[in-house]
Amino acid sequence: MDFQFTEEQTQLKDLLDRFVAKEYSFDARRKILEGEPQGFSRAVWRKFAELGLLGITLPEEHGGFGGGGLDALIVMEAIGRGLVLEPYLSTVLLCGGLLRDAGNDAQKGEFLPAIIAGERLLAFAHYEPRFRYDLHHIATTAKRQAADYVLSGRKTVVLHGGSADVFIVSARTSGEVLDREGLSLFLVSASAPGVQVRDYRTQDGQRAADVVFENVTVGEAARLGAEGQALAAIERAVDVAIAALCAEAVGAMGALNADTAEYLKTRKQFGVPIGKFQVLQHRMVDMFIHTEQARSMAYLAAVKVHSEDTSERRRALSAAKTLVGQAARFVGQQAVQLHGGMGVTDELAVSHHFKRLTMINLAFGDAEHHLARFSDQLLAKE
Amino acid sequence: MDLNFTAEEQAFREEVRQFVRANLPARISEKVLHGKPLGKEDLEGWQRILHKKGWAGFTWPREFGGTGWSAVQRHIFEEECSAAGAPPIVAFGLLMVAPVIMAFGSPAQQERFLPRILASEDWWCQGYSEPGSGSDLASLQTRAERQGDHYVVNGVKTWNTLGQYADWIFCLVRTKPDARPQAGISFLLIDMKSPGITVRPIRMLDGRDDEVNEVWLENVQVPVENLIGEENKGWTYAKYLLSHERTNIAEVGRSKRQLLRLKQIAAEQRAGAQPLLADPRFRDKIAQIEIDLMALEITCLRVLAAEAQKKGAAPEASLLKIRGTEIRQAISELTLLAAGHHASPYLPEALEDGYSPDPLLPEAHASLAGTYFNDRKVSIYGGSNEIQRNIIAQMILGL
Ligand SMILES: Cc1cc2nc3c(=O)[nH]c(=O)nc-3n(C[C@H](O)[C@H](O)[C@H](O)COP(=O)(O)OP(=O)(O)OC[C@H]3O[C@@H](n4cnc5c(N)ncnc54)[C@H](O)[C@@H]3O)c2cc1C
Ligand SMILES: Cc1cc2nc3c(=O)[nH]c(=O)nc-3n(C[C@H](O)[C@H](O)[C@H](O)COP(=O)(O)OP(=O)(O)OC[C@H]3O[C@@H](n4cnc5c(N)ncnc54)[C@H](O)[C@@H]3O)c2cc1C
Repeated sequence: MDFQFTEEQTQLKDLLDRFVAKEYSFDARRKILEGEPQGFSRAVWRKFAELGLLGITLPEEHGGFGGGGLDALIVMEAIGRGLVLEPYLSTVLLCGGLLRDAGNDAQKGEFLPAIIAGERLLAFAHYEPRFRYDLHHIATTAKRQAADYVLSGRKTVVLHGGSADVFIVSARTSGEVLDREGLSLFLVSASAPGVQVRDYRTQDGQRAADVVFENVTVGEAARLGAEGQALAAIERAVDVAIAALCAEAVGAMGALNADTAEYLKTRKQFGVPIGKFQVLQHRMVDMFIHTEQARSMAYLAAVKVHSEDTSERRRALSAAKTLVGQAARFVGQQAVQLHGGMGVTDELAVSHHFKRLTMINLAFGDAEHHLARFSDQLLAKE
Repeated sequence: MDLNFTAEEQAFREEVRQFVRANLPARISEKVLHGKPLGKEDLEGWQRILHKKGWAGFTWPREFGGTGWSAVQRHIFEEECSAAGAPPIVAFGLLMVAPVIMAFGSPAQQERFLPRILASEDWWCQGYSEPGSGSDLASLQTRAERQGDHYVVNGVKTWNTLGQYADWIFCLVRTKPDARPQAGISFLLIDMKSPGITVRPIRMLDGRDDEVNEVWLENVQVPVENLIGEENKGWTYAKYLLSHERTNIAEVGRSKRQLLRLKQIAAEQRAGAQPLLADPRFRDKIAQIEIDLMALEITCLRVLAAEAQKKGAAPEASLLKIRGTEIRQAISELTLLAAGHHASPYLPEALEDGYSPDPLLPEAHASLAGTYFNDRKVSIYGGSNEIQRNIIAQMILGL
């Protein structure tokens, strides 16, 4: 066993720590949040490209660095700490990952260098209204019509869907709503006729969109991977997202713990810093314990996320998402509580980290969903 | 012991239900049931309707124009109002300052203020907390200096709920700076239109800025006749008022209504081939909350009954506050989880008056996350749950 980061990883971590501390202060973020129409800064995105951050996890033959789960973890932890708004998860990790794992040479050649250069943004249009987290729960259809496919359906809470140039869309080429077979993936331009995007801010200050596809025609070349066999690639991409969110949550929890400990030392009531009250000390200790447990699971998720053993991979990822979701809830709620009235205002970073942690728990399956999946897997093993 | 309501109590429930059904405007209940924000008109409108019926003073004794209802009747009344989607009673006038004026105010103050409170002609707000004085309320710094027939008040109050609408504020002020913290405090009634008062909104984590405020008082002149009781005895009155605040915070009726909404959303969401409600794992969580709420309701009735016998608020009210707010937070959290990622869009426009959401659009869940976030306040305000636990430890357990 070895819990050390490599020298390159340590350098990456230092670079990101400096970036978040210097250029992504809470005030700088607030300016982006309130001033940028797309909800993130193109200038910051360009900076990410210049620093090479957009290519860290993408293959070397297309201009990336071929990094793995731990490299993504380092980036996402910093993103969590700084409440970074830029679409790293959607464009680089989710869509870049889908292209890397399922794309053909032409598709990779077209999109990966453009992603790495910060020139193109992609979004994964997958979940649908009212359906919860089952990845095969898809009603959107893609019907064959000669050499083309015609897509129809509705996607919801598409992360950063409003700024995407291109969507990767899941749709049924065969089968019924809950079938595991029959799902395919398509690259669809946001400006294609029949695509309607409704962009909105999300509760944590990020962006998402509802996207309607109405008889959108795409050619065969737009299909990503084999027809009808997309579920494995979707699961893999979502696992990448889950591992990334676990790391982001750990970053957010670390920031919350630091802020809360500081508040306990400085806020005075009854003539003493409130951190002198043992009940608050113990609460803070429990927040710390939760965070360290979550950090361990984020490491596990990062290490297992590209494992070829699917059932082992999914077991680790569900375990991580469960524990991190529970920790996120506890740490977020307690950080607010220990800040008293100040905790429920918009003024401090506390409430923003709390909201982000809440949304991280809900994204790609909450703690309950993944606990159930983990638990069902125990049965399957009998 | 009999845990059933008597025939008279049942009949009373029926009477309240009929009245509320016939008189609660649909426009208001629609907002309440969908978690939309309520404006001054909504809140006052409903209180005026109750007043016309003679029910505004549902916690008041008859001698001041109240209903003189028993604790059980009040409970039934609140439960029926909540179930129908009536807005909450704005507590500051009717439930907080009024009992203080009744118990400690002069006859002139009673005559001047109580009828206007009953008729919702004056909107009151509470000026207790200060930036440096939250849990440690007795450390408050706002000064009131007697100058002839006036007090001159200087200081900053904060977390002032709905003070932007208020005609009057009841304030704790320091009148004797050199005394021990609790000994030099007085209870003043201040006209919000007095020169020198500035109200500044505080933006909350759900993005709204129409809930709490800072209130700045600069050389505000307050006639001596607006002092409640004796100078420097304000702490006694303040504590009396807080014990009233706590009983109301249990909000069993509201939680029952929110539980219904949770079940409705869980029935609409699809988890695989079934509604989420059909998933025993999720259903058990709802069941657990329902059981906790039953226990709270009966405990609430027990505490109210004991208070009625002893004539006065008991420290047991702290346990109602703690459990009431924990259950309320559990419900809003589970409701958020039921909607899942569909609750993540932030769509303030969907909370506006008259907006009717399509159940398939993200608007259907627009209020859920905001409610969950905002509900974090309930374990903080009115004396945080940590402080309530301290009270129980000291006053009941003798620790
Ligand atoms: C099965 C068993 C085997 C043991 N074996 C050995 C042995 O081989 N050799 C040996 O020397 N001892 C042994 N011990 C003793 C053990 O170390 C003590 O029981 C332990 O230190 C607690 O002390 P106590 O029982 O006096 O409880 P107390 O110290 O009286 O504590 C009572 C409670 O108060 C809490 N408490 C105390 N102080 C604080 C504080 N400052 N803040 C918050 N909470 C506090 C404690 O956590 C506990 O819940 C053993 C005990 C047990 C139960
Ligand atoms: C939405 C909202 C509405 C409000 N409305 C009003 C209003 O209308 N009028 C009004 O006067 N006030 C109002 N308040 C103020 C409210 O009463 C205070 O926020 C509350 O008393 C807590 O004070 P604080 O925020 O200063 O937190 P602090 O007192 O600074 O507490 C911070 C943390 O320390 C804990 N703590 C403090 N002391 C102890 C202790 N001795 N032991 C253990 N833990 C402790 C607290 O529980 C909390 O977790 C409102 C507050 C909110 C959030």
